[in-house]
Amino acid sequence: MTTSTSQAAPRPQAHALTNVSLADRAYRIRRNALRMGEVQGQGYIAQALGIADVLAVSYFHAMRFRPEDPEWEERDRFLLSIGHYAIALYAALIEAGIIPEDELESYGTDDSRLPMSGMAAYTPGMEITGGSLGHGLGLAVGFCFGLKRKRSTSFVYCLFSDGELGEGSIWEAAWSASHWQLDNLIGIVDVNNQQADGPASQVTGFEPLAERFAAFGWHVQRVDGNDVDALVAAFDAARGLAEPKPRIIICDTKMAKGVPFLEERERNHFLRVEPHEWRQAIELLDAGRTS
Amino acid sequence: MRRSKYTRPAWLGEQAEGGQGTADRPRLTTSAMIASLAGPDQRTKPAPFGHALAALAETRPEIVGLTADLAKYTDLHVFAKAHPDRFYQMGMAEQLLISAAAGMAREGFMPFATTYAVFAARRAYDFICMAIAEENLNVKIVCALPGLTTGYGPSHQATEDVAIFRGMPNIAIVDPCDAHEIEQAVPAIAAHDGPVYMRLLRGNVPLVLDEYGYRFEFGKAKTLRDGNDVLIVSSGLMTMRALEAADALASDNVDVAVLHVPTIKPLDEATILKEASRTGRMVVVAENHTIVGGLGEAVAGLLMRSGVFPAAFRQIALPDEFLDAGALPTLHDRYGLSVAAVTRSIKGWL
Repeated sequence: MTTSTSQAAPRPQAHALTNVSLADRAYRIRRNALRMGEVQGQGYIAQALGIADVLAVSYFHAMRFRPEDPEWEERDRFLLSIGHYAIALYAALIEAGIIPEDELESYGTDDSRLPMSGMAAYTPGMEITGGSLGHGLGLAVGFCFGLKRKRSTSFVYCLFSDGELGEGSIWEAAWSASHWQLDNLIGIVDVNNQQADGPASQVTGFEPLAERFAAFGWHVQRVDGNDVDALVAAFDAARGLAEPKPRIIICDTKMAKGVPFLEERERNHFLRVEPHEWRQAIELLDAGRTS
Repeated sequence: MRRSKYTRPAWLGEQAEGGQGTADRPRLTTSAMIASLAGPDQRTKPAPFGHALAALAETRPEIVGLTADLAKYTDLHVFAKAHPDRFYQMGMAEQLLISAAAGMAREGFMPFATTYAVFAARRAYDFICMAIAEENLNVKIVCALPGLTTGYGPSHQATEDVAIFRGMPNIAIVDPCDAHEIEQAVPAIAAHDGPVYMRLLRGNVPLVLDEYGYRFEFGKAKTLRDGNDVLIVSSGLMTMRALEAADALASDNVDVAVLHVPTIKPLDEATILKEASRTGRMVVVAENHTIVGGLGEAVAGLLMRSGVFPAAFRQIALPDEFLDAGALPTLHDRYGLSVAAVTRSIKGWL
């Protein structure tokens, strides 16, 4: 049984440091997502806007990757369990230079590499086929096994959501990850308290979430998922932890974050946006950035 | 109406038939899960899958083995003992078993994941479909207790596993007959680049096909015996039943050919069409599986699509029912899979 990731080996640098701030990255992820929504006339935009800060910190602070080589062996793996968040991940992959920016115009169109629900076979940088919820964390366990066998120092990040916690397979994986001491696994839960049939806290309830993961043997942090500084600290702590445990960062996020009139809109799993509102939303996002 | 099988056995209280039953009517009981399928006079080999995989892994470092608390019951314990650092005990969690196998395949390994056929086909279906088949990952799913190979009842009888997996794109389905074939199928399915579902006979597995000079080839059907009156097209353990039935029918001057089809998907259409086109023969498809969606319907569809109409077409298969619990010989006789039942059926159709 392999149990520990060797942290002694230096982690190769994936990309040169830039002066672009993480807040700017998050802004551009949001903007990319809104532009895709505008093209398609629909999309899980509220989730995308809510998770943009987490993706910015993941891709531009925590993870190593090579934009020109999405299959680079030394990359950190990012597993999107929640396939309907694809619009958000595409927005991040565009910002990361893995997908050309002009391709966002093809989002959700016939023969696009950017389908509405994320699939590994379609999109560079999309590690797994999500969408059938409850798959990501179990897959992550297998990725972690494989990386440990190869003595890789890469981390596996797996993004799943509060509503998805109802799937029993998540808990099979959570149990196993601590049994196998998968210290190369960093789970990220998006807690936006919204699932298809209503607030996740009411549909069946998922609290006390931190305690549940702790009881499953995980190192647990819970942060404001729209606070970039808090996220940076949490990702640093998760990566730097010496304990041979899987790590989880529970991120409380605000749906539609960054576009005030959408933040105020009646909460819904699939937020309705009128055709003329997309441009308005982009303008408000742009204004908010400079204010 | 809710299904009920509650009927007090009529023989209870009959003094003459107490204990072990009578000499002419022995009381058969459900055998343990680990019991062999072999008849009393049959040659057997122990754990052919486990030994073949352990041997193959010597030269294939990418092979890993995973199970969901059924290493002993799928013969994977042999591999685990030979390669302990390459064995992953996932506990009683089949969804995780399959997901973890998929993740390891993504990292370049070749996982052999084992459980019972019911749990792979029924419980883990969505995970096999989306995590493995959709991406065409190189995972081999090897499952004990296919079809009717236990008397434990529907919870353990995977009577519809082939139908379930035939509907799933990309995944190949292999149904070996005996220990000889299992040994050869292991390296062959490893050489096939893609997901495979293999039905497994475990424990002391009957040894039959070595006497026929048979070699397993992935995707190939092979004629084991020629005959002019009846063509039995069969897979899995039904091929050994077909061979014995053919012997029995020969003494009645019925000349029976046996075409063994261990790869159910992709189907060896050319060989099946060639054999079924031969004039004057009744085609009988025999399978250890429900009559719905298995080899029989696959062959029937192929013949219809191709405009090949044999003298007659019949199926030996399990009924579209939840089957009884009980002793396996009783059940194989009851549901038409025993040598006697196969012989009887074919005679009745001639």
